Amino acid sequence: MRVFKLALRRLAASLPTLLLILVGMFLLLQLAPGDTVDALMAQMGGGDAALAEELRRFYGLDLGIAARLGQYLLRLATLDLGFSAIYGKPVATVILERLPATILLMVSALSFAFFFGLVLGVIAARRVNRWPDTLISTLGLIFYATPSFWFGLMAIVLFSVHLQWLPAGGFSDITQELTGIAALLDIARHLVLPTLTLGLIFLAIYLRIMRASMLEVLSLDFVRTARAKGLSETRVVARHVLRNAMLPMVTLIGLQAGTMLGGSVVVESVFALPGLGRLAYESVVQRDLNTLLGIVFVSALLVIAINFLVDILYARLDPRISADS
Amino acid sequence: MRALRAYLRSPPALFGSAILFAVLFMAVTAQWFYPNDPLGLAGRPLQWPGANPRFPLGTDPSGRDIAAQLFHGARVSLLIGVVATAIAVLIGIAMGAVAGFYGGGVDTGLMRVTEAFQTLPNFLLLLVLVAVFGSSIETVTIAIGLVSWPPVARLTRAEFLTLRTREFVQACRVQGLPDAHLILREVLPNALPPVIVYASVVMAVAILLESALAFLQLSDPNVPSWGNLIGLGRNVLRTEWYVSAIPGVAILLTILGVSLVGQGLNDALNPRLASGR
Repeated sequence: MRVFKLALRRLAASLPTLLLILVGMFLLLQLAPGDTVDALMAQMGGGDAALAEELRRFYGLDLGIAARLGQYLLRLATLDLGFSAIYGKPVATVILERLPATILLMVSALSFAFFFGLVLGVIAARRVNRWPDTLISTLGLIFYATPSFWFGLMAIVLFSVHLQWLPAGGFSDITQELTGIAALLDIARHLVLPTLTLGLIFLAIYLRIMRASMLEVLSLDFVRTARAKGLSETRVVARHVLRNAMLPMVTLIGLQAGTMLGGSVVVESVFALPGLGRLAYESVVQRDLNTLLGIVFVSALLVIAINFLVDILYARLDPRISADS
Repeated sequence: MRALRAYLRSPPALFGSAILFAVLFMAVTAQWFYPNDPLGLAGRPLQWPGANPRFPLGTDPSGRDIAAQLFHGARVSLLIGVVATAIAVLIGIAMGAVAGFYGGGVDTGLMRVTEAFQTLPNFLLLLVLVAVFGSSIETVTIAIGLVSWPPVARLTRAEFLTLRTREFVQACRVQGLPDAHLILREVLPNALPPVIVYASVVMAVAILLESALAFLQLSDPNVPSWGNLIGLGRNVLRTEWYVSAIPGVAILLTILGVSLVGQGLNDALNPRLASGR
């Protein structure tokens, strides 16, 4: 329960941040040349000024900035994100349609990066300064330097065009009706390349952090005690070192949740995935500012939610945190 | 001097410096080797590398010389990397220094702003900034600087928090020296080394951000950028994949060079924390 109280307090502390983001973004978007009505009129093939006036009144764009900001925040409090003139649907509906693909992509990329980062980091630290360490650290540096979209494109050339093992894009095979397990497997097949592409840079970061923190923990006194007790090296690492060495990695997940969400914008457009990131790109191109603002709001909520989970996980891994409060 | 010698003894750091010098060489000599507009028509489109001795790296879908774009693109990448990093580091140091030095309400306020920037996915913020202010090379560079400062601010703040209570700072304080002197002349020089090392990470991220933006065709279309070329090559990916592959290697090597130099600096400046020990 203490853990929950702590996490809830952190959650409450993030409310001012959220408000700051929303007000900042709202004011920023006021500087944008052209509004939704302009975009809409362009799509309709033009129209006269009276029609534009009418539309502005309909969407509430004729009010002052302060009044609109107040209205916007009030509506947000009831989770009403407004209406997307481009998609002809409420923004909340548009975003909800796109959210599952992004969350699935993020979860799978994070699991991939975390698991392999952990394993490779541990191997590198156990063989420090010998060839496995050199190999893993070099690979980490190269992965870190690889632009994700470029890796994605090259993976498509190799695995989809030449070897024809995996689909080049999309979220599922639309040429056939699949149900049950077959449909899940199909989605999984479509997610392999995007997961690798998005996860690669995080894998590089995690393995570097894991290696460094393993080395640090391995030099602490309690590890010497564990060894002096006669425990095998594997047991020392598994029972005593790993849990402590994982803490910086867990912190990093929370810190980089935003970066990962940003990365999915690029990855989703490389692989034509119907996710939130691609929606952000489309709404920038189409000047759908209502949707863009909604995406910013939902992304911020997502990042805050991830940090909430990370706090709980952290407190579970390190009991001192909940004991202190 | 000791730091310089330590730096020169590390093979990875030397390798990284060599790469960066090569990129710098490309940027400086671009005008000399390829005096014509790199975005102008040069020959038949989509010639494979090596197929025509005039175009050692081939031509892109619009018949432009890939080697020329690579040389001129080095200029753009380095320029954006350096300028955006300078902007991010300056903002970050200013925010972090003030927050860490004064603490209290100022600190809380500034850290809220930093948190807001960190909660927002930086690429998403970059998209919004480009959507609002347009995508000329200047706005893109400034926008990248504006989204990259929060980690620098946090790092600077942490350094200031530990340094501001040290004796040498207190000694200056009782002498009645003004805050500006304490911040700029006493604390900042001591807080700077880790920040300078971190600047290499900022620069790597800045180059990656620009190339990703250019890849989505949201950066300045009138400058030869590596990311732009990768985006153009995407349409012919199935057959002429070299158009995307070549500039990607250039980005990869540049980032690798920046990271290796950063790591070398880190090891040379903080010998106690040298990696691999």
